[in-house]
Amino acid sequence: MAKFGRKGKGGTPAVSTASLPDIVFMLLFFFMVTTVMRTADLKVKNNLPSATELKKLEKKSLVSYIYVGEPKRQFVKLFGTEPRIQLNDQFATVSDIEQFIISEREARDEKEVPFMTTSLKVDGKAKMGIVTDIKQALREVNALKINYSSRKKNDK
Amino acid sequence: MARRDTPEIPSGAMADIAFMLLIFFLVATTMDVDSGLARMLPPKLDEEMPDPPEIKERNVFVVQINSQNRVALKGEPVEINQLKDKAKEFIANPNDLEKLPEKEIKDVEYFGPYNISKGVISLQNDNGTSYETYIAVQNELVKAYNELREDLAQSKFHKSFEELDEPRQSAIRKIYAQKISEAEPRNVGK
Repeated sequence: MAKFGRKGKGGTPAVSTASLPDIVFMLLFFFMVTTVMRTADLKVKNNLPSATELKKLEKKSLVSYIYVGEPKRQFVKLFGTEPRIQLNDQFATVSDIEQFIISEREARDEKEVPFMTTSLKVDGKAKMGIVTDIKQALREVNALKINYSSRKKNDK
Repeated sequence: MARRDTPEIPSGAMADIAFMLLIFFLVATTMDVDSGLARMLPPKLDEEMPDPPEIKERNVFVVQINSQNRVALKGEPVEINQLKDKAKEFIANPNDLEKLPEKEIKDVEYFGPYNISKGVISLQNDNGTSYETYIAVQNELVKAYNELREDLAQSKFHKSFEELDEPRQSAIRKIYAQKISEAEPRNVGK
């Protein structure tokens, strides 16, 4: 009990908290800079395949995303278990892609349209049939720059 | 000088505000960088366009993936991890073999006239092929090109390809241009 008894008699001074805001601000800036805002609520399972020869996606604002995968559990009743396409926040079909790309283009500056990329975030378990359909739809609207999104594989 | 007396704004709550912002950004953060295999799709086929010229058999490297995710190279089954070396051998054709692609002399900056291979990789897949296998094969093919470019950069400029400046990179890219053609969709069979 001697330890408690000493209290009040002066003892060690409290740790200064004056620099706490500085530390917190430092962390804050770090997270602000590294943050990528979550764009869409994923409604499909999206376990990306892994690869080694990755290229980073430049210019995030010029990228449109197409998600493909099995619907998550709460949507299975409505959409079944076959891999589906998700554009923005909704389930879609291949025929919706054309409209999606056109509206994405309208939202950008005309000069930037040739640099627009479509990122295909496809679940590794999906079949190529659906991917081929998407690729054909993209060719229809001349959105030729694509990126097969994948995770980095740790090489050996 | 009445202003001198204005009290200082209390800064004790600043930490709280900063904490609130910090927590918001912590929650909203997704750390993963988006990356993947960059590819160009071929432009839409035009009805009026003449048929593409026939490509000689020795100039094509046919990779097929069937619905069982087995890979075949010119009809012979291969493992995915052998694909890269085979593709490298095909593209570079170091010994000018008869069976491997022809070469064409073109002027390239920094290199002068250079033998550029006419080889094209043709990738065919079935509708039942899994995406995972498809990406694995694509990855191997891209790796073959990247390794060839890296080798050339090392032997010519004694630097890695990534460190070179843009004109040198594009010269190397011209020598080993990624020619991966994807066939019009069809069923390759079981």
